[in-house]
Amino acid sequence: MLEIVNLHASIDNKVILNGINLKINLGEVHAIMGPNGSGKSTLSNVIAGHDGYDIISGDILFDGDSVLDFPPEKRAHLGLFLSFQYPVEIPGITVSNFIRTALNEIRKAKGEESLGASPMLKLMREKMKVLEMDKGFLSRSLNEGFSGGEKKRNEIFQMAMLEPKMAILDETDSGLDIDALRVVANGVNALRSDRNAFIVITHYQRLLDYIIPDFVHVLFNGKIVKSGGKELAIELEKRGYDWIKKEQK
Amino acid sequence: MWLRRKLFIVSDNDKIIDEVTSSDYKYGFSTEIDSDTIDPGLSEDVIRQISLKKDEPQWMTDWRLDAYKVWKEMDEPDWANVSYSKPDFQNISYYSAVKKKQYDSLDEVDPELLKTFEKLGISLDEQKRLSGVAMDIVVDSVSVATTFKKTLKEKGIIFCSMSEAIKEHPELVKKHLGTVIPKSDNYYAALNSAVFTDGSFCYIPNGVRCPMELSTYFRINEAGTGQFERTLLIADKGSYVSYLEGCTAPQRDENQLHAAVVELIAMDDSEIKYSTVQNWFPGDSNGKGGVFNFVTKRGICETQAKISWTQVETGSAVTWKYPSCILKGDNSIGEFYSVALTNNFQQADTGTKMLHLGSNTKSTIISKGISAGRSHNSYRGLVRMGPRAKNARNFSQCDSLLMGDKCGAHTFPYIEVKNSTAKTEHEATTSKIGEDQIFYCQQRGLNPEAAIALIVNGYCKDVLNQLPMEFAVEAQKLLAISLEGSVG
Repeated sequence: MLEIVNLHASIDNKVILNGINLKINLGEVHAIMGPNGSGKSTLSNVIAGHDGYDIISGDILFDGDSVLDFPPEKRAHLGLFLSFQYPVEIPGITVSNFIRTALNEIRKAKGEESLGASPMLKLMREKMKVLEMDKGFLSRSLNEGFSGGEKKRNEIFQMAMLEPKMAILDETDSGLDIDALRVVANGVNALRSDRNAFIVITHYQRLLDYIIPDFVHVLFNGKIVKSGGKELAIELEKRGYDWIKKEQK
Repeated sequence: MWLRRKLFIVSDNDKIIDEVTSSDYKYGFSTEIDSDTIDPGLSEDVIRQISLKKDEPQWMTDWRLDAYKVWKEMDEPDWANVSYSKPDFQNISYYSAVKKKQYDSLDEVDPELLKTFEKLGISLDEQKRLSGVAMDIVVDSVSVATTFKKTLKEKGIIFCSMSEAIKEHPELVKKHLGTVIPKSDNYYAALNSAVFTDGSFCYIPNGVRCPMELSTYFRINEAGTGQFERTLLIADKGSYVSYLEGCTAPQRDENQLHAAVVELIAMDDSEIKYSTVQNWFPGDSNGKGGVFNFVTKRGICETQAKISWTQVETGSAVTWKYPSCILKGDNSIGEFYSVALTNNFQQADTGTKMLHLGSNTKSTIISKGISAGRSHNSYRGLVRMGPRAKNARNFSQCDSLLMGDKCGAHTFPYIEVKNSTAKTEHEATTSKIGEDQIFYCQQRGLNPEAAIALIVNGYCKDVLNQLPMEFAVEAQKLLAISLEGSVG
């Protein structure tokens, strides 16, 4: 469903992605791991269509079609979701208002009717239950004054509401304590199906104890240098990234 | 990049406000209605002519002539943070009346006019049926339709055009006109006092709570005609009224002068809520044309009375406007909630004056400025605690939001405290819409313009919340439309 072909990208003339190849099918969960500065966040931003990066060469295909010329919102309409590492605050806009706007924009783009207030609220309550979120959440200003954990939970809540085909979780585990991590992982697992796919970007193997990946890739210097199954993550946890760095020399 | 726009062609349906494809002024059409106009120029003769045409009593003519004398001795003020070429007052036509006047039913109204209302998305039909809003519609200078009058009459509420009030309720007009804003108050107020053609008059009797929002739509509709509205609103003891004022103007190449005066009188224990959505033609994206909006608005609060001004200002090429409160009575309350949005080459110098005279008086000022394009947006406010203002309180918050790097936001807060028990607080912030915020919204499926509209609406929430529901919805759409093309 998502295919990244020999992708090279730079920011301010500095090459960050150096030939990424990745193919993700429906029903799969791919974990991307790697040391700091290896290009993990750049990759997720580039897939989402952030215009701060220059695409030097290569392609990103969504269901077989290139999305390189698409603005971020059009990629979102196709079913791409990015759970941000650092979600932004939008003062004065409530969580429920934001999600309603987002969901209805996506529905509109798909030619579907807007969802009314009452079914919307019902849906929100269902999803919040899974994520063990308090109802008061809905009327708070988006991410304003949220703790790190609340922000991440809010990202997963939005994902649950928007039901994307392809979700990228960018370091969703950072800033989460062990209980929050379990809840968030449960939320993700509840959404897993053969109609969607996930990329889980993380530094640590810990998250992968809860969200079991089908594939693990190691990103280093803007390239996927190693791929494997779940056991690769465990090996990385034990041995660190140094042996990979050495292998590359 | 604020030039991404195209000419807007008006269709007959009334969904204009939903159109979000272009950002040139969307109400830029003029209606061809047979008009009765006095030749341009200003003199005692012209003023007598206006008074004569309006069939006014001698005391009103004298009042106008007196104001004219005062005005002639005054100079146009130049302290505001705006620059524009001064209007030529001898080149303005001071009277323009739609020939046919009052109607009993819509069938009698000029169909062209009805179309105008439809284009504005506020057909009278709809208004009558849906909203329970009584309308005193001012097209140019003379009222052409007043609805819901009967319902109001039962409560003893007077809501009519100023011309009618001068004839029907001379004792009220004589007693109150010019008491809050004297003829000599300022240059434009003096001009207005001399040449005002019409406006609204409203009186709420003792102890009456007005059962509906009173609403006036203003509209400039004659090429080269200045519009000088005069509004007088009196809330008698213990009464309550919510008044809505909204305006749009047809697109013109030359500048149009708009110098309105609004006086509010809130007697003991009464409350007046005055809301404005101002959307005069702002000039095109190159800064050509646009309305000069030089308005004087002031209210006086007697004991325990409250006046609340809420304004959403998106229009006009140049705005000069400071809705103010004289907190004369003890325990009286003044509020000012404002969103002023400027785009392209617009200039706004707006704010409020809170004059605390009585003890335990309270005032709140929430001002949200938004500047885009090459516009300049200034907040100018005065909080004055007089010597008798024991335990008076003020809280002011002035926020500025900048979009792009070619616009300006300025704040001129003046605070004078002459009573040691009075307290005043002032908070101010300046921020920019972050690219990260826009990207975040885009990732959730919103296009950049929808993202900005959302962020701006969040930013203005404290003010928009003060507006009556339908007005708030309209104001939100207006903000979105006014900012179209400001990103890209």
